[in-house]
Amino acid sequence: MTSTTARVPVAKTYKIYIDGKFPRTESGRYFALKDSSDSIIANVCLGSRKDFRNAVVAARKAFAGWSSASAYLRGQILYRIAEMLEGRHEQFVSELVTQGVGRRAAKKEVEATIDRLIYYAGWSDKYQQVFSAVNPVSSSHFNFSVLEATGVVSIIAPDDSGLLGLVSNIAPAIVGGNTCVVLASEKLPLSAVSFAEVLHVSDVPAGVVNILTGHREELTGQFASHMDVNAIIVTDNDVVKDVQISAAENIKRVIARADTKWGSDSAQHPYLIQDTQEVKTTWHPIGS
Amino acid sequence: MENQNKLAFNDGWQYAPAPESTDHIRIDKQYELFIDGDFSAPDEGRYFETINPATEEPLSSVALATSSDVDRAVKAARKAYKGPWSRMKAAERGKYIFRIARILQERAREFATIESLDGGKPIRESRDIDIPLAAAHFFYYAGWADKLEYAFPGRTPKSLGVAGQIIPWNFPLLMASWKIAPALACGNTVVIKPAETTPLTMMKLAEVIRDAGLPDGVVNIVTGAGETGAAIVDHPGVDKIAFTGSTNVGRIIQRAIAGTGKKYTLELGGKAANIIFADAALDQAVEGIVNGIFFNQGHVCCAGSRLFVQESVADEVVQRLKERMETLIVGNPLDKNTDIGAINSASQLETIESYLKIGQEEGAEMYQSSCSVPDRGYWCRPTIFTGVSQSNRIVQEEIFGPVLAIQTFRTLEEGITKANNTPFGLSGGVWTDKGSKIFKMTQQIRAGVIWANTFNKFDPTSPFGGYKESGVGREGGLHGLGAYLRLEA
Amino acid sequence: MSLIAVPDSSRMPDLSQVPHVDEVGVKERVARFQTRSIKKESKIEALHMVLSMIDLTTLEGQDTPGKVRQLCQKAIHLHDSMPGLPHVAAVCVYPTMVGVARKALGDHDIGVASVATAFPSGMSSRQVKLDETRLAVAEGASEIDMVISRGAFLQGEYGFVFDEIAAVKEACGDAHLKVILETGELGTLDGVRRASVLAMHAGADFIKTSTGKIQPAATLPVTLVMLQAIRDHFFATGQMIGMKPAGGISTAKLAIHYLVALRETLGNAWMTPEWFRFGASSLANDVLMQLQKQATGIYQSADYFSKD
Repeated sequence: MTSTTARVPVAKTYKIYIDGKFPRTESGRYFALKDSSDSIIANVCLGSRKDFRNAVVAARKAFAGWSSASAYLRGQILYRIAEMLEGRHEQFVSELVTQGVGRRAAKKEVEATIDRLIYYAGWSDKYQQVFSAVNPVSSSHFNFSVLEATGVVSIIAPDDSGLLGLVSNIAPAIVGGNTCVVLASEKLPLSAVSFAEVLHVSDVPAGVVNILTGHREELTGQFASHMDVNAIIVTDNDVVKDVQISAAENIKRVIARADTKWGSDSAQHPYLIQDTQEVKTTWHPIGS
Repeated sequence: MENQNKLAFNDGWQYAPAPESTDHIRIDKQYELFIDGDFSAPDEGRYFETINPATEEPLSSVALATSSDVDRAVKAARKAYKGPWSRMKAAERGKYIFRIARILQERAREFATIESLDGGKPIRESRDIDIPLAAAHFFYYAGWADKLEYAFPGRTPKSLGVAGQIIPWNFPLLMASWKIAPALACGNTVVIKPAETTPLTMMKLAEVIRDAGLPDGVVNIVTGAGETGAAIVDHPGVDKIAFTGSTNVGRIIQRAIAGTGKKYTLELGGKAANIIFADAALDQAVEGIVNGIFFNQGHVCCAGSRLFVQESVADEVVQRLKERMETLIVGNPLDKNTDIGAINSASQLETIESYLKIGQEEGAEMYQSSCSVPDRGYWCRPTIFTGVSQSNRIVQEEIFGPVLAIQTFRTLEEGITKANNTPFGLSGGVWTDKGSKIFKMTQQIRAGVIWANTFNKFDPTSPFGGYKESGVGREGGLHGLGAYLRLEA
Repeated sequence: MSLIAVPDSSRMPDLSQVPHVDEVGVKERVARFQTRSIKKESKIEALHMVLSMIDLTTLEGQDTPGKVRQLCQKAIHLHDSMPGLPHVAAVCVYPTMVGVARKALGDHDIGVASVATAFPSGMSSRQVKLDETRLAVAEGASEIDMVISRGAFLQGEYGFVFDEIAAVKEACGDAHLKVILETGELGTLDGVRRASVLAMHAGADFIKTSTGKIQPAATLPVTLVMLQAIRDHFFATGQMIGMKPAGGISTAKLAIHYLVALRETLGNAWMTPEWFRFGASSLANDVLMQLQKQATGIYQSADYFSKD
């Protein structure tokens, strides 16, 4: 007896990524991502403030270890992420296409993302050399200024760039030793979840990157107000003012990157690393 | 004053031989020159042997490059420079260099084993230090390829052209990475000559470069001895010379390129002062002494070969040092327990032994550890000389072996004066628990690398190079880039 | 030359003369111990040495005579199907179990070590600590493992700590005294070095790293620092002092690293159970599995080795 039905594919469940695990949103809510002909592509987790709270706890826990890892190790891990993404090239291209991006543009985006990871991997053991200083103070002291990671960084990823915009903000933050909680694009959320899978196989310690999907209108306020977040990166001009007001409560550093063309080479540079770094200056006497 | 209470290290539980396996490595019977992306026979058809200094057995036959071969290599390098290499986007160039790093990591054990066979250093050193550091240098400089404008504020960096590079036998693969990685990252192409006693890991590196798909002619390898090196130095098609080796040869090179406009960097000899204050963490300082002069058989340009111990703790330090020397295992480089391997060559052993003789003739007191050494091969036991001062030849001249000259000092100022009382200026060591003293010493010692409470530490991000007759220029770190670039306003 | 300990502060060492310790340097030296490759006959010899140096330990609130008897049974019969095995050095129990242990071990040449002095915290009065010590000795303990008062040490009350050790030593009578420094609470390697010197001058026959009740317990860095203190004490006085790392050593591989550290710091004279012990419970079975693997060439399963 022969069968004429085609093979039934097994669809992926899109969850969120917190503390190195893939839970569903604790709220149990979802939103349906639809394509241009209004058919459902996937049900996507509608992340809640509690998910965000849990993610910040995870990010804070991971910070001590990640920020004290050697620059060499962080660089090696970023290379690994690039390697793992390169290996999944086709998957990411077709996922962008499913979300409505043209095939040529999708291919360009995936390749630019891989190269951007390589770019920042190469900065891991160099930005300190470019931005630090030994200061010739007038007293008999050895005085040096170094950069240090600011801590837990919350990121509202660009809504228009599902993969490249996302990674262009994550990479400079984590290569500098920060940990982060990221709100994926609402329009193009799937690549972020799949990118979490890539992070997961790349020796990135649990909690260093946490990725949520959900409604920006609901969650941006949380990302901006949480007292244990040290800096927030915003990529949408409309919310900058409100974010700055909320962020002021704990003098959170607000980094506005709304007008960047993420596809351009000028969208990658070491000042994006410096944005989430503090400067620490130490004095020590020179004498016998 | 010798202490009556002695520890016994030589009986009882011993470590059985734990040899590294050589089944998984491949050394060809003969190696050709690597020019323009492929292996080719030398024009004059001559070869030389490379031997295993631990057994005196021949390992392989290696091509001898003469000036016509060097000429071919430079032409290939020039062609690659004008062609694919300079036209390529910097980020893509960087990715080629990453590939070299990756493949080295994948083939690490093979490289480490061959390095120990060819040069005599213990497998533990080549496995744990040489090969990982070499890969790390390629990783580090790969990342600079597309970021050079950030290293030179107010200037536009441009590549130079063809770099001619000559490296020594004490850290063969590591020295190759120190030279090749920054040269390529800055957009240059390379003609490089390994030392004649240690060509093999360079020939394996040629395989890696080929497997990494680098365009033909970007890296060219010409094997040979002094004459081959001279041919590189003299070739008008070479824009920049990088040399690591003895001060004597450095002098010859500097004279040879005078007036040619060639850029050059020289990493030459040293006779570093390792200075221990009474308030140092003494056990760790003793470990630092051992690390500074005995590991890698003392074949280290920045070796801490002049020890200065503050007089109030001198006896104690020397006793602890002698005890520690008794636990050092000298022997088969492929044994994983070996601490100190074979002297690199018969001629180097002759040099060391002549200094041992000179030291004794000068009236110094010689002490050697009591370990056994194998019958065949070139060996020198860890040796210390006491009863010496700055006027001894063994204190002034570089011996390049596991031989330490020990003096005492009384004050910080005396320590600084004696440390600087040398034509060399490569490195120095300071051991004290007091931070302000560290900074005062590092401020006043005239040397390019100063280790405080540590010794012989290397990292691709950390610049290395000498003052005075120890050379000119820096390798490693951001400061290592400038040598391979023209900085346009 | 033995050190007769009396509670007399004139024997207090000048702790300001104790050498400083550089943590990074210590860790680098330790790393070289860990890359020693111990194979073939030297591995078998090492595994036998480890077995002979074990103080088989049970120190749980839920210990009962039954549990202690089973432990003693294991001490005597490590793995009878493998001939030629040495026996462990001692069992280590709480004072109220000493009698049970001594009876269970009978005439076998295995010591009974007892913890005492309000183990593991040491937070009790001098009188209680001495009484407990005497109780354990009277019950048949040949070795006493005491804890130092870490709070007093961290406050700089070195005289108090010294006097306490000296008093316990006196209460030990003929029993040997091991002094537990609880290195995990001392903060720095400098502290470990100072505590070692203090304990040795006050009458310790052995200095011991840990109670095993907190993390970190024994580590190679603190062990190296303690071995170096023992070495310097030997140079200065000619007296040998024993050393015992305890807690966290559950694999044969790690135990062999400790033997390497011992051998390369103190040399052959210390490589016997008289001068070096491992405070461990599950270590013995891992050593037995390694010995079996050496003999047969086959990797072993825990199912084949008794858990008592």
